[in-house]
Parts: sequence; structure tokens; C-alpha cells
Amino acid sequence: MGIKIRNLTKRFPPARGETEGLLAVDDVSFAVPEGHLVALLGPSGSGKSTILRAIAGLEIPDAGTIELEGRDVTGVPAHRRGIGFVFQHYALFRHATVRGNIAFGLEVRRWPREAIRGRVAELLDLVQLVGHADRYPAQLSGGQRQRVALARALAPRPSVLLLDEPFGALDAKVRRNLAAQLRQLHDEVRTTTVFVTHDQEEAIEIADEIVVLNRGRVEQTGTAEEIYDGPATRFVASFIGNVNVIEGRVEAGGLRLGPRRVPAPDLAAPPGAGEVVLLVRPEDLAIVAAAEGDAGAAGTLPAEVRGVHYRGDRFEIDLDLGGLPVRAIEPKQVARAAARRAGERVRVRFLRHSVFETPDQHVRIREQMRSLGYME
Amino acid sequence: MAENATAFRRESPWGRRLLIAAVLVWFALLLLLPLAALVRGAWREGIGAGLDSLRRPEARQAFALTFWITLVAVTVNTVGGVALALVLVRQRFRGRLLLEGIVDLPFSVSPVVAGFMFLLLFGPHGWLGRWFEAGGIRVVYALPGMMLATIFVTFPFVTREVAPVFRECGLEQEEAARTLGASGWQAFWRVTLPSVRWGLAYGVTLTVARSLGEFGAVLVVSGSIIGRTQTATLHIHQAYADFHYAGAFAASLALALVSFILLACMEFLQRRARAGRS
Amino acid sequence: MLRRRPRGARAARAAGAERSALGLRRAALGYVGLFVALPVAALAARALADGPASLLAALRRPEAFTSLWLTFRLALALIAVNTVMGTLMAWVLVRHPFPGRSLVNALIDLPFAIPTIVTGLMLIVLYGPQGVVGRFLSERGVEIIYAKPGIVLALLFVTFPFVVRAVQPVLMELDRDMEEAAATLGASRWTVFRRVVLPALLPAILTGAALSFSRALGEFGSVIMVAGNIPLRTQTAPVYVYGEIESDNHAGALAVSLVLLLGSLFVLIVLHRLQTLGRRRDG
Repeated sequence: MGIKIRNLTKRFPPARGETEGLLAVDDVSFAVPEGHLVALLGPSGSGKSTILRAIAGLEIPDAGTIELEGRDVTGVPAHRRGIGFVFQHYALFRHATVRGNIAFGLEVRRWPREAIRGRVAELLDLVQLVGHADRYPAQLSGGQRQRVALARALAPRPSVLLLDEPFGALDAKVRRNLAAQLRQLHDEVRTTTVFVTHDQEEAIEIADEIVVLNRGRVEQTGTAEEIYDGPATRFVASFIGNVNVIEGRVEAGGLRLGPRRVPAPDLAAPPGAGEVVLLVRPEDLAIVAAAEGDAGAAGTLPAEVRGVHYRGDRFEIDLDLGGLPVRAIEPKQVARAAARRAGERVRVRFLRHSVFETPDQHVRIREQMRSLGYME
Repeated sequence: MAENATAFRRESPWGRRLLIAAVLVWFALLLLLPLAALVRGAWREGIGAGLDSLRRPEARQAFALTFWITLVAVTVNTVGGVALALVLVRQRFRGRLLLEGIVDLPFSVSPVVAGFMFLLLFGPHGWLGRWFEAGGIRVVYALPGMMLATIFVTFPFVTREVAPVFRECGLEQEEAARTLGASGWQAFWRVTLPSVRWGLAYGVTLTVARSLGEFGAVLVVSGSIIGRTQTATLHIHQAYADFHYAGAFAASLALALVSFILLACMEFLQRRARAGRS
Repeated sequence: MLRRRPRGARAARAAGAERSALGLRRAALGYVGLFVALPVAALAARALADGPASLLAALRRPEAFTSLWLTFRLALALIAVNTVMGTLMAWVLVRHPFPGRSLVNALIDLPFAIPTIVTGLMLIVLYGPQGVVGRFLSERGVEIIYAKPGIVLALLFVTFPFVVRAVQPVLMELDRDMEEAAATLGASRWTVFRRVVLPALLPAILTGAALSFSRALGEFGSVIMVAGNIPLRTQTAPVYVYGEIESDNHAGALAVSLVLLLGSLFVLIVLHRLQTLGRRRDG
């Protein structure tokens, strides 16, 4: 069951002096299977929060439908949707204690007093705030407030939990910790959960699936692995993780990468010879120790080391690939063993890459590269 | 440079003491001395005489009238003021800025002029007065007019105090309440209103203080009919004019006492509001 | 079919939200209209009904003209005193702790809480012919009650809190780093005050000044007690208006009321400007 979003569209009314409003969400469709934890990932202004608020009933969409647990809730007001929502700035009731905040959803549903007391105690325990029940939000730390907000949202046992940048206002360490806790909590309670974030690491770490959004549209949906290793669009590739952008061109008898032409006499000129973009992640750019003419040199490109940067758990190596600056990552041991230094002449191989412009070109270039031995 | 910085920090203790002394003397001369004089004056007239005069029917009626007028003004301006503040903060429409300006107008209009306005509007020849007169309802020189005039002079207090708190709170807490299953009405009573409660209480306190003490506006519309349209302040005026000093002092002291209580409330509420904000 | 139903529900929901917002707005507008706008309009309409000629004639009466002149003059003089003393008061309250500060701070609001008629009475008791100070001064030929100094004292009392209360919060928020930065740049304390602190406080000081100006224009209760109400000498504009109403001369009352109302409007506009100025500075 879970959540089904179909053709969701929302345009905000124009501000003073503007003629056209902002198209925040543009024909978005995706589904969240029951019990899954899904991240809506995108830069600010990508429409991710608007989608979340539409699911909650806090925004009325212009078009499209929202289905929760098999029930069409598009026209249902927020308070009858049975969802839990955690706001970015928590939106705790400042005039109420921690206990009062958590009990709120139960009180407005007219739970019996005893049941409320029991449920609140349960949640305080769940979020590890047992000793803080009678404090006011102003007396809590950021992380504690966040946990109160989570407990408050979970208290009425919502069928769906929605979190809007739940860790956005916290500092890095607390953030990591809470993200891990959220994942753990989800594994325990298994509530269908959608959370909005602009932090790709957070999304990769805790989400079952990721919906990548840009300018109000879905760019790609999939598991972290699928998205990271097989980005569907150039935006996805560059927004998630680091990437080397290598512009190339297929020519008669060869492939031109940047200013350098790689001779490939067997290669026939493709119809409508295309400009292409190769995207290679730094860790997929292998530096091979082989000299020109070696057997191991087949399918490699010559490059020169420009800089070697220590990064604690790895080395980042800046390379000049026929005039194009690219970056490779090497494990510490490997880089140390090879004694990388600037000025060194090396050869590189793309362990994995993506090619973009048109889909058919994509396939063709892959084949050509493979035939040339540039790919494994 | 370093020299200047230290010079800046080092304040001459004498200059500072002089400044504090000057300000305190100004404060005492202007505010405390008159207050002390009133207490002394009332004392000289005798406590017994003062209490007796407060027990006289016209004094009691005057205080009762003030009480009812205050009650009505506070009720109307609390309900209306909260609604108005919500509209001013949350809604965008043409003429909103003009509306915001009008809200402040009663603060800067002379009470006499305010009273005069209602005299004109509800007098026998006024736009609305003709109408009420035909229906046999007296507004001017009667209780309704005095209530209207008091509502006018205390109009901005609640709106002015509540609007900034609404602005600061934003919509999030209310939205949170909605997602937790609260209907619009429940969200208003359980979240919106409690979140502005200290500001509202402060606004109400100011409204009470001003309603109790309003003189000019009420004087103009009341006709000051003893025992019927005389409020506490009008009673003081009358007693003084009649050389009935003991009565005037006693009633003044009684009102001043209430003022002190209100002042304590204001101080307390301001502190709460500040604490709640941080 | 499957898609039409929810769309209808959505439209109904949007319309419902719109309707309740509109209802609230109508109620608020009705509240403002009935209790404020309508009375003000009534006054303006009646004042302008007989044309500018009769208005001017009413204003040209020496009693009317002098009362207005006196009122505006006193209100302006009050601005001068209040800005200086109010700013100093706020400065001391914020920057110089002394024993009893919180009590003094609480008592600043006293004039807001005490009925103006009581204020008038207090001043009479103190400075009147029977009063301690009054007797002492009058033996030396200084009259306070039923003379202009009495009016000034009354106005000073009722406008006391305005500048203090406007400046105090701004001064509390004021970043001392800024002053220290200026000092490290080589500015003397007086220069720091003049170039750094004062400009930051100016909108607040002017706001307080404007508020006390408008209060001084309109003050009635305390003034009628102490002014003695002598036409051409100690009669302020509100007192004049009251007299004209009492003697059923509405034309005279209308003309002076209208001038006072215009004065209020002017102050409101100034205040609005100051507010936007302050807001723009705060970012």
C-alpha cells in the first residue's frame, strides 16, 4: 500500500511584480512501498518540501492525486490524514512541556487519559527522554528537541511518517547520530517514512530508496547503489557524489577527449557524429603503472600527475588528462606504495563511467569504448 | 590605539554617579513627588473621611460603572483585537497597510476629540444616532456611548501587543497541530491562542488600565449625570469641583492603587513574554 | 471518474480555506470600521460639510487660534526635553546598574497606569496654593497651577515613559562589539557615542519623541485640572474643544478637532516612516 503520488503539480501564486508564479512541483509521480524509508533528495528549490507538505495536506496541489494506504486523500484536510510530520525547525509547542507536546495528538483524538499516559511514557523511552518529560522546549538542546518532535509525530501511530529536513538545523556530529537513530527506529517500528533532505550522504546512509528531484521534477528513483553507480541524468551524476566531467567527441577514426585525439582507425564515423560527455567518479579513475606499448597499457590513456593531496582516509590525485584536469582517488596504502608525486607520467583507465547526451549515443559510445579497450 | 581602547573601557566613577543621580532626581521630581503629595493629602483629610466618602452611593455607583465599561471594552477589544492581529499578520490584501495605520490612530487622537466623534456619530443628528434615536435607544449621554468611547481609546492595545507575537510564531506550530489531528478550531484554541498568551495578557492589562482611567472621551459623551453616567474618574472630577477633597483624594488613591496592581502585572507579564521568547 | 472526485474535493477544500480567511477578514474590517473608521469619518465629514470658509472663520477666532498655537508649542518643547532626558534615563537603566534599578524600571510605566485625572489632582496637591511646594513658590512669585508651568509639568508626567520605553530595548540589543570596534579604531568615548551609538538609537528616539508629541497634543484630563482654563492664556486645544462642545458651539469644536486630527495623522505617518526605517536597518 504505502504512498502513491501521481502527476502532482503545484504552482505558487506570483509574488508582487511577477506575472508567473513559481512552478514548484511539475508532474511528479512516485510510490513509496509500505514500510519503506524513502528520501526525497534535491537542492533547495527542487520542490521536495512542497511534495512532502502536499502529502501531509499542508499544501493543496493544483493537479495530481495522493494516495495513502490505498485511500485517495487528495481532498482530505491535514488533520484527517493520519500522518506524522516532523518539521525542520521542530515546531514544538513552546507553551507546552515535552509531555504536553507528545500527548497533543492523543488528546485531540480523545484517547482515554490512562492510555495517553502509557503511550507518552512509551515514546519518552523510545527517544530516550524519560527524565525530561516536564521540561519546556526552550530548555532542551537541538537534538533533544528534534527527538521530542519525532516522538510527538509518532505518538498517534501514524500510518505514514513525514520528515522535512529533520536534521538540517543540527551540527554535524549530532546529525550523524540522529540519522543513525532514525534508521534504527524505522527498523523497529516499520512505519512508511518519507524524509526530505539536501544532504546526499544522509540519504545514501539511511534511505531504502531515493527520489532525486530537480526543479520540481523527478530525475531518478532507485536505491542508493543504483543512483550512485548508474545515474540517469547528468544532474544526478553531479549532484550525488563527486564526478569528473570529460567532454568528448566521436570522430571518424577516433575519439576525441578534450583536445587529445585517441587514434582508433577501426572506428567508423557515427551518423551525426556526436558531442558526448563522459562522467567518471574519482574512485573509478584507476591509475595504472604501465608504459606505452606494454600489454597492460591497452585501453589506458596517458596522463600526468599535477598534485597529490592527503585527505586523511585517502589520497586525492589531480591529473592532467590531455589538457583536461581530472581527479582520481587512491587508497592510502596504494598511493603511498606508488609514491605519487607531481610531474609523474602515468596512464589511467576508467573502471566505470557514464556517457550522456542521447540514449542511443550512450549505448554506441559504450560499445566503441569497449571495442577500443578503454573499458573493462 | 590600544590606549584608546582601554580608555574606552575605563569609565570615570564620578561621571557615572553624577549621571545616575541626575536621572534619578529627574525621575523622583517628576513622578514620585506628586504621588507622595497625593498620599499625604489624603492622609491629611483623614482616612476615616476618605473611606466614608468611598462608601457613599454615588462613589459606589461610579466605580461600578467603571467596572462594567472596562469589562465591555476589554471583551470587545480582546476578541476583535486577536482577529484583527491575525488578519494583519497572516493575510495579504489591498489596503492592508492603510488598515495597519488606522489601528494606531486612536493612540494619537485626543480623548476629547474621540468623545466628540461619537457625539457626532450617535448624537440626535448623527449618521447612526438618528437611527438609534428612532429605535428609542440612547447612545450618547448614556452607557452605550461611554462604552463606545472607551473601546475607541483602548482599541490598539491588544492588536499591537498580539500581532508581533503572531508574526514571530509563524504558522509552523499550527501546522504541526493540524498534522497531529487537530481541527482548525482545536488548533486555534490549543496552540495559536496559548502561544500568544503573555502578549495578549499584557495587551489586556494595558486596556484595563486605560479603561479605568479614561476621562476626556467619557466626559464628552457622558453628560456626567451623577449616579447614572458618572464613572470613577468623572466622580473624582466632580468631587474636586465641589470642594469635596476627601472624596476626590480617596477615589484617586483607590484608582492609583489599582494602577499599581496593574503596573505589577505589566512588569510580570513583560518578563514572562521575554522569557518565553528566548 | 476516478480522477474527478478528488479534484472536486480539493477544489472544495481550497474554497473552504479561502472562505474562512475571508470571513475573518470581514469581521476584522467590521471591527475597525465600526469602532474607529466610522467615528473618524463622521468627524471629518461634519467638519468639512460647511465648507472651508466657515472652518477658517472658526479657526481665526483668537481663542481657537491661541489654544492651538499654545498646544503645538508646548508639544514641541516637550519633544526637546523628553528626547534628552528619556534617552539618558534609558541609558542609565541599561548601562549603569544601581541598587533599586528594577524598581525604577517598573515605575517608569506609572504614567501609563495612573488615570490622567489623578495625575492632575496630584499636581494640584503638590503645587497648588495649599500645597507644600506650591505655597513656597507662590510666596516667591512663581505660579505653577493655573499657569503654563502647570501644563508643562502635567505633560511631562504623562509623556514620561515614551522615549525611555522606545530607546531601552534598542539599547539592550545594541551590539557592544560595534562600540569596541570603533574604540579600537581610535575613536574617543564621545565620538563613539556620537558616531556609533546615537545613529543606532535615532529611529527609536524619534519614535518616542513622535509618540510623546501626539500624546501632548491630545492630553486632556491632567491639563484641565491644572491649567485653570483661562482663554488666550492657559487654554490648550483639547480643553478649548471641550469648552466649545459644552457650550454647544460645534463649529468651533469641529475646526480645532480637525486640526488636532490632522496633527495625529501627521504623527502616524512619521511613525510609520520611522518603523520602516528601523526595519530596513535591522535587515
